[in-house]
Amino acid sequence: MTEQTPKRIFVKGNEAIARGALAAGCKCYFGYPITPQNDIPEFMSQAIRDAGGQFVQAESEIAAANMVLGATACGIRAMTSSSSPGISLKQEALSYMAGSELPGVVVNMVRGGPGLGDIGPSQGDYFQSTRGGGHGDYRLLVLAPASGQEAYDLTIKAFDLAFKYRNPVMILGDAILGQMKEPIAPWIPDNLDPDEAADWRLDGAKGRQPRLHKSLFLQEGELAQQNRHLQEKYEAMKAEIDYESFMVEDADIIVVAFGSIGRIAKSTIRKIRSTGKKVGLIRPITVYPYPSEILKTLAEQGKKFLTIEHNMGQMVEDVRLAIRTITDSDFYSCLPGNLPTPDDFEEPILKALEG
Amino acid sequence: MEEELVYTRPDVVADRATHYCPGCHHGIIHKLVAEALIDLGVVEKTICIGSIGCSVFIYNYLNLDTVEAPHGRAPAVATGVKRARPDNFVFTYQGDGDLASIGLAEIMHCANRGENVSVVFVNNTVYGMTGGQMAPTTLIGQQATTCPAGRCEELEGLPLKMAEIIGGLGTTAYSARVAVDSIKHLMAAKKAIRKAFQCQIDKTGFGFVELLSTCPTNWKMTPVQANERIAKEMIPTFPLGTFKDKTVEAK
Repeated sequence: MTEQTPKRIFVKGNEAIARGALAAGCKCYFGYPITPQNDIPEFMSQAIRDAGGQFVQAESEIAAANMVLGATACGIRAMTSSSSPGISLKQEALSYMAGSELPGVVVNMVRGGPGLGDIGPSQGDYFQSTRGGGHGDYRLLVLAPASGQEAYDLTIKAFDLAFKYRNPVMILGDAILGQMKEPIAPWIPDNLDPDEAADWRLDGAKGRQPRLHKSLFLQEGELAQQNRHLQEKYEAMKAEIDYESFMVEDADIIVVAFGSIGRIAKSTIRKIRSTGKKVGLIRPITVYPYPSEILKTLAEQGKKFLTIEHNMGQMVEDVRLAIRTITDSDFYSCLPGNLPTPDDFEEPILKALEG
Repeated sequence: MEEELVYTRPDVVADRATHYCPGCHHGIIHKLVAEALIDLGVVEKTICIGSIGCSVFIYNYLNLDTVEAPHGRAPAVATGVKRARPDNFVFTYQGDGDLASIGLAEIMHCANRGENVSVVFVNNTVYGMTGGQMAPTTLIGQQATTCPAGRCEELEGLPLKMAEIIGGLGTTAYSARVAVDSIKHLMAAKKAIRKAFQCQIDKTGFGFVELLSTCPTNWKMTPVQANERIAKEMIPTFPLGTFKDKTVEAK
């Protein structure tokens, strides 16, 4: 049961995420300026304090992410946000949080790279997001919203999942999602549990044994055991796999695209469908864990595949892994630095359909 | 005459064998911290932020809620902890490589925000755990594995004087440098730690104590020689003293 507020508001995706975090009971926000996510710290600097929480503009992305580590070690819902170059700096803390099993939420409003790149939309951080990103054998749970409403909803979900699995969760957006204004219907979850971290949070060891959050395991066999435990957890996360399936049943070709690009591709598919051609869409919402099973099932039905990404080809590797025993996927790249429209995808989809 | 027990290990100090080298000061400093927490009545409210270096194992010796910070990030982690739990007592325990080199940004900004936390800074002029490399606090002329000819000002600059630097920030409530090489110094160190901790309890701001400390193994000295080096070589470069004390200024 959730409470639906009647009012719709007209906000940027960035603000939708910030509002979603507040609705999810986020009590601490730690950030650092970088385009195109500045609306999040700017909004939070007032709103989270008004809600009785804490805002710190940290000295660096590194420090901001480590502040999240500290706050979540106390069992408090906490987050940071950034964009690609800043996310690279957060990888240290993400690896430590994964190793120490601390549930931070991190937003990446991806911009073009490598290096300083540009400030426009891109999906160039897919590998970094879905392969862990920092050092060591770990994964984040990664959610890729395609609209303001989904950004709001998935931010609430991100906090729930982070605490459910005691694992960092990333919201993987881009400059399109962050900067575009659209109406959203905010809602407040009514299932927040103030004791969700009661058996592991740090709050002073009064009347109990001291607790310890660490990622150092030097004794023989200890680290192997910890890594096995983490892998079992990542396996269990598969229960959270989520995707949007659009007109796939009778489709001859499946377009696979995530985030903003998935949403743009959906418009293209609607247009192509009006000409009678059978095209469908799978838009992964969790990009880790990846919705491999549905792709495999569709491949077994003899469908063709086209992966479209706003990068030089990253998620296409996950598509190919999913369908590798049956077929292959074509790939279309729209280059970072460009803002694709639905028309841009028409020709590559038709070409792949006929090819 | 019957024997009377006049001193015992404080409960917050774990009853276990130490991994620290013979003559290392970490054990003494751990005990001073534990005694201060007991005297101030905050043991059950304390959250300790461990750091990277030999003292990463502080959780093995102090029975406290503890989180391990990445290298140099303890002041950022402490900020997160204190912001999340303002009613808890929060301190970091850091070495000189951790605090004065890789963690310089974190310590400066934590102090400059006036975070209501305490920092125990153990300066032994060398990276201990990794095997004796040059630290930002290594003395001019001191040999280390990455400056085998001795630290030279032209190539490697001068030792960083953290207690003075932190004391120079307007938001710092207390900053002092102490040593534990003699009973006299130890008594002063005990007072300094208590004072820095009291600042947090009184919510007057950031408290910082630098403790000059030995590393006999990496200095290639006996414990006695190492202990003597503090007064002979370290104190001339790192003078003992209080560089900021808002509790006095307020009076």
